[in-house]
Amino acid sequence: MQDKKEPKKYKNSFLNWIEYRLPIISYLEKEYGDYPMPKNANYFWSFGALLTICLVVMIISGIFLAMYYTPHVDMAFESTERIMRDVSFGWLIRYIHSNGASFFFIVVYIHMIRSLYYGSFKYPRELNWLLGVFIYFIMMATAFLGYTLPWGQMSYWAATVITNLFSAIPFVGEGIKTWLLGDYTVGNATLNRFFALHYVLPFVIFGVVGLHVAAVHVHGSNNPAGIEVKEPEDTVKFYPYMLVKDTLAFCVFGIIISAVIFFGPNLMAEVDNYIPADPMVTPAHIVPNWYLAPFYAILRAVPDKLGGIVLMFAAIAVLFIIPWLDNSKIKSCSFRPLYKWLMILFFVNFFILGYVGMKPATGIYLLLARLGVIYYFGFLLVITPFMHRFEKNIILPNSIHEIYKKKK
Amino acid sequence: MLRKFAIIFLVITINSNLFAAESSKEKLIKQDWSFNGITGTYDKAAIQRGLKVYQEVCAGCHSMNLIYYRDLEDIGFSKEQIKVIASEYTVLDGPNDEGEMFERPARPADKFVDPYMNAQEARLSNNGSYPPDLSVINKSRKGGADYIYNLLIGYEEPPADIVLGEGMYYNKWMDGKQIAMPTPLYDGSVDYEDGTENTAIQLAKDVTVFLQWAAEPELEERKRLGVKVILFFIIFGIFVFLSKRRLWKQIH
Amino acid sequence: MTTPYLVLTVTLIFIFLFIYMVSTVVWGKVVSANDKKAELNKEETRRDFLHVSTITIGAIGSATFMWPFIKSMNPAEDTLALGTTEVDISNIDEGQSITVTWRGKPVFIRKRSKEDIAEAKNAKLSNLPDPEKDSDRVKKEDWLILVGVCTHLGCVPSGQKVSDKKGDFNGWYCPCHGSHYDTSGRIRKGPAPDNMEVPPYKFLNDNTVLIG
Repeated sequence: MQDKKEPKKYKNSFLNWIEYRLPIISYLEKEYGDYPMPKNANYFWSFGALLTICLVVMIISGIFLAMYYTPHVDMAFESTERIMRDVSFGWLIRYIHSNGASFFFIVVYIHMIRSLYYGSFKYPRELNWLLGVFIYFIMMATAFLGYTLPWGQMSYWAATVITNLFSAIPFVGEGIKTWLLGDYTVGNATLNRFFALHYVLPFVIFGVVGLHVAAVHVHGSNNPAGIEVKEPEDTVKFYPYMLVKDTLAFCVFGIIISAVIFFGPNLMAEVDNYIPADPMVTPAHIVPNWYLAPFYAILRAVPDKLGGIVLMFAAIAVLFIIPWLDNSKIKSCSFRPLYKWLMILFFVNFFILGYVGMKPATGIYLLLARLGVIYYFGFLLVITPFMHRFEKNIILPNSIHEIYKKKK
Repeated sequence: MLRKFAIIFLVITINSNLFAAESSKEKLIKQDWSFNGITGTYDKAAIQRGLKVYQEVCAGCHSMNLIYYRDLEDIGFSKEQIKVIASEYTVLDGPNDEGEMFERPARPADKFVDPYMNAQEARLSNNGSYPPDLSVINKSRKGGADYIYNLLIGYEEPPADIVLGEGMYYNKWMDGKQIAMPTPLYDGSVDYEDGTENTAIQLAKDVTVFLQWAAEPELEERKRLGVKVILFFIIFGIFVFLSKRRLWKQIH
Repeated sequence: MTTPYLVLTVTLIFIFLFIYMVSTVVWGKVVSANDKKAELNKEETRRDFLHVSTITIGAIGSATFMWPFIKSMNPAEDTLALGTTEVDISNIDEGQSITVTWRGKPVFIRKRSKEDIAEAKNAKLSNLPDPEKDSDRVKKEDWLILVGVCTHLGCVPSGQKVSDKKGDFNGWYCPCHGSHYDTSGRIRKGPAPDNMEVPPYKFLNDNTVLIG
């Protein structure tokens, strides 16, 4: 055998040693060092990084909570309060985890709004959008499962209501429900499996996030102008330019989330969840978590049980086909004067649906919910596919670099 | 444009629960609690007085089974004092070597002793209503401490158009305006040792502070740490901002 | 200082040094790459200092973030509060032993016979692997109270019941790796390095002892 010398790529011999055996150094350098970002990317492009941080913080705090938590109907509530009282810094870890979940969704919604507004889901990034919606879907499942764990009144009744959705499926519904619960009602078997699934799903999310990020890096990130990168002048390196921007965004995020964690830790929680679960008494105002509320509003907007459930799942399913609904060649809404406002109305509408979902389904709220549902589907299924035929767009710049030249 | 929208979205989302809590109903009379605000702390003397009110009035019906006697160290009792306080109660322990349950005086490591053996006995003694556990009561009611305080002093003669259920009392803060608990606090219900006047309002205030402490014993530590963490993010943020500005100066 | 704190402090120092070194090296690279563009050397050094400080503050922040998580793994307050056990010893006959739990560990309480005491007292200290006087290990001669955990690898030695194997020195015998303890709980033969531990205890009266 030939005594071949290892190539010397790096000055540091340790890095060289690793690189020769596992080219992870050059991978990191390529994907997170020299990775070209469109230089006009604004702070909305920092929300991806924020989400990664959120996910890691949620997983870490979750693992530690799992060390102190007991998944048993008789002890779950008490062990949660034990974490708050007796475990050193237990209150901090729990509040990080519970408020972190809410902020995770705030950030994910902004990330999705950015993607919709600037057309990041369009060719060639459709798969990215699909993976993203898939992550969002597992996130909702994980959040729901986690919400049942403290075993307060809201936990118990949320679990009851959501699992009862499945009983609406004709013929097999009851069977599926019982199979999901492992009992005739929500009970200890349910709590145990919910805990097991809540523990494992974040790692599934982590894996899909890996694919999501890898897919972004194939064609590079989109940008506010929605035009593809043409020359090296259009981009900056991820390190240090984007990293420092992401870190600044993280600092602002850190201030906001700390304000909530330390000074209003229960602002986004339901008070009833501090009452231990009681299968005999349903709380008077049962509401879903705010981040699931828009879909809850859609569910209640339909007077038929099965119809409501079908519509609710359709509302999530329709997100998957968005890349094939929007046929406009223009990506960024900044260059679509009319569609832009309809898009913003869509976001406002989604938010109103969320608000309505947390209110009793009567009178004005029911009317609002129904209007909201009509616009939700109308925008996605009617306005989006046909808008570009009527709309005259603003002329796009030739390249990203040109935008900067004009400014000067 | 989108940026402004996002900020509004964020602010409203965070506040939406607050709006939800305050709409429709009568406004609670807000108190200026010492534990409110960024630098809020507990008034330990008030908590100790509140403990006395709890022991002499509330504890007849309401359990607090998430609180241990040892927790009283937080509110300024010494280890010896706590031993004395605990030993005034009896707990059922066992089985002993003969396989029998036996009674012994409570120790600091015991939880607050329940007034009833179980929920059934509690219901039987209270006309079918279950007196809720008070350990986290301030966290489990909308309005928190203010709600509890208002409820305690909110007993009134019922208006003519309201028919009260049997054994029910009129209280405008309760859901449905009827409550199974009779007026708990009167002027002079409890004698204070430190000379604070024992009006019903003062008793209600003190016991509310005590319940707030019971619900959130970590409050002081939390707020102190919070100031530090936010300060860190501000300082770090300034450094990052300066770094960012220098780096991006070369671009454009 | 307890061990976890020591480990944490050392780790923190290492993280700090590591980050500082890495950031200096990496930033050196970036700055040299930018050298072609940059004209002012003065500004370079200032920038260098600013960036390194930023990275260092960030690193300290991330390290401190882990602190509450690490600290939370210590025994919680309810565990610490259960640190004492009260034992009624009025029913123990001479030569008999009982086992009680204290902090989840077995505690041996033996009422020693005259011979046991004499044996324990007469042992030559120079023959012992871990020399300790019997009088230093008991508060009342009759009563020997030990944490019943072998100091070798944590097994529970046998010798509590009359029928148990008590080892060559009439005390306890550890079945895991064959350590022999004498009637004062001292190691006499076998791989264990130390005598069995004496827990903190006091006699509340003639019939009750408080361990912990």
